[in-house]
Amino acid sequence: MSAAATTIAHEVPPQAGPRAFLRRLRGGDEIAHLITLTFAALILLITSMLVYELWANSHLSRAKFGWMFFWTRVWDPNFDNFGAAPFIYGTLVTSAVALCLAVPLGLASAIFLSELAPRKVSDVISFLIDLLAAVPSVIYGLLGIFIVVPVMRTTIGPALIHTLGNVPYIGALFHGPNYGVGFLTAGIVLAIMVVPFIISVSREVLLTVPREQREAALAMGATRWESTWKVVVPWARTGIMGSVFLALARALGETMAVTMVIGNAPTIAASLLSPGDTIASTIASQFTEATGDLYLSSLIELGLVLFLITFILNGLARILIVATGRGGGRPA
Amino acid sequence: MRKSLLIVSLVLGLAAIAAAQNGTVLLNAAGATFPYPIYSKWFDVYHTAHPNVQINYQSIGSGGGIRQLQAGTVDFGASDGPMTDEQLGQSKFKILHFPTVLGAVVPTYNIVGVSGELNFTQKALAGIYLGTITKWDDPEIAKANAGVKLPNADIVVVHRSDGSGTTYIWTDFLAKVSEDWKKKVGNAATSVNWPAGLGGKGNEGVTGLVKQTPNSIGYIELIYAVQNNIPYGKVQNAAGNFVKADLAGVTAAAAADAKNIPEDFRVSITNAPGPKVYPISSFTWLLIPAQIQDAAKREAIKDFLKWMLVEGQKYNEGLTYAQLPKEVIARETKAISLIQ
Repeated sequence: MSAAATTIAHEVPPQAGPRAFLRRLRGGDEIAHLITLTFAALILLITSMLVYELWANSHLSRAKFGWMFFWTRVWDPNFDNFGAAPFIYGTLVTSAVALCLAVPLGLASAIFLSELAPRKVSDVISFLIDLLAAVPSVIYGLLGIFIVVPVMRTTIGPALIHTLGNVPYIGALFHGPNYGVGFLTAGIVLAIMVVPFIISVSREVLLTVPREQREAALAMGATRWESTWKVVVPWARTGIMGSVFLALARALGETMAVTMVIGNAPTIAASLLSPGDTIASTIASQFTEATGDLYLSSLIELGLVLFLITFILNGLARILIVATGRGGGRPA
Repeated sequence: MRKSLLIVSLVLGLAAIAAAQNGTVLLNAAGATFPYPIYSKWFDVYHTAHPNVQINYQSIGSGGGIRQLQAGTVDFGASDGPMTDEQLGQSKFKILHFPTVLGAVVPTYNIVGVSGELNFTQKALAGIYLGTITKWDDPEIAKANAGVKLPNADIVVVHRSDGSGTTYIWTDFLAKVSEDWKKKVGNAATSVNWPAGLGGKGNEGVTGLVKQTPNSIGYIELIYAVQNNIPYGKVQNAAGNFVKADLAGVTAAAAADAKNIPEDFRVSITNAPGPKVYPISSFTWLLIPAQIQDAAKREAIKDFLKWMLVEGQKYNEGLTYAQLPKEVIARETKAISLIQ
């Protein structure tokens, strides 16, 4: 920032009049520098103000519950006892389920569209996929409640209980009463919602891989698949990871679609078929009618916790990118 | 740049002057979602009759309505539950409660093989929502429904996931009829720590879950059940009769308790005495500051209240809200003079 300031001070003549201003405007460089810098700084400012507001307004709750807020499993507005544990659990589980389903699906689709499909087909399909990304989440919620929930209750749920439910260790994930709503259903709906992001961004990134890379691999005697998987995908790794984190961010923060299919019961249960709740869905559901001060403060602290989770996951993601950066691919 | 700013401010200024010259009174209000359909009808009809008064109502929820009123960002608020003593104590100015319409909450269910209307005793409803009655053929349910073949199936309990006036009325009733409920879950509240069940968002969310889940039970607003033809059960009242909710029964509940309604109208009428009373009913309130500095706004609000108590009530039944009983209207009319 100081570098920018000195540069500009340097360029400004002592008697800077309107004419000098116009001349610099035509030159454009300093102006562009200043404007982009301001906007970049604005993002920082907005983020820090957001954190500050969440921090300041969750004062009551932080003072009363302290670190216990993270472990407490009760959410009782009537007796003023609040804990975030079930919501943190629900947020992480549903997002994990969503990514487990969406990443393979999205990546495979992106590879097909960029590497194997004819260009025309690829363009048409990716146009449709971009449309999917623009569908409001409440539509996905309706889709969930009218299609996914009944299928989960009558078909998929019982099938999972009778097959995977009997496998040691994994079985714990698929047992107990099956209402059709729950972690797994929310995860599936989230996966449907985030998959367009993964496909769209990954495809674009894969398309930017230079032709020479593919040709070189083929010239070395690699098959088409080998050139795709061993050369093209690693080259585009950073961008693909970026699409996954974009998807994760949307999954973590989704409100409407999740609240419609998760069952909204703050429970911590091993079974993916059990109803649960997430941070974002709880805030969206309860904020308007939160009458008590401590109640409101606790909801805001939930927001702070969600911010923290996003921050930590994004940090881990960066580390992951750096750590895996030495396995070939584009020099970062 | 400067020129356009000038023009914008000029236009705004002119608009403001024009508004002032017309003597238009702009009132901002916010609060409960449950009475929103009737409120928007009232404000619209009132505006047609009195073109100089315009009321903007934001249905952001009772909690938000109370907070905005306390912060002074709206001229009046609206709430499905009366403000608590604590909330009134926190306010910097005195706030008056004016009941406007009545609503009721009904149990709706979906039981495999049962198509008839079920009777619910007070104990049965409390037990189901506490999670102590878990099967549909439990004796507490069966004894009130002789002749109905109830399945030996687990009850799936459905409640609201969002904070809501509907939940307030429902839990107010359960807390009155069950000591266990009061001890474990507490008094009436817009959201509670549910001992059992799944949550659905809004009346439509609860209805959707109940329709889709076999052997489930949920609670929804009467107005929503009537408008969407959703079947619902009868509930036992304080006199021991099983009553199916309708508008007359809800007004009866308010009339039965009219003598016991305190000066400030902050009253719960769930489980009111009387043979025809539907027991899960409640007022919904407008929250009005006792002192309004702006004379034009004060007169507009007072006039609107008078209109609402006489003319406004005629629109209630068309929108499936129960009318206020005569006794309450008479007392409210007197109370309007408290606004100064």
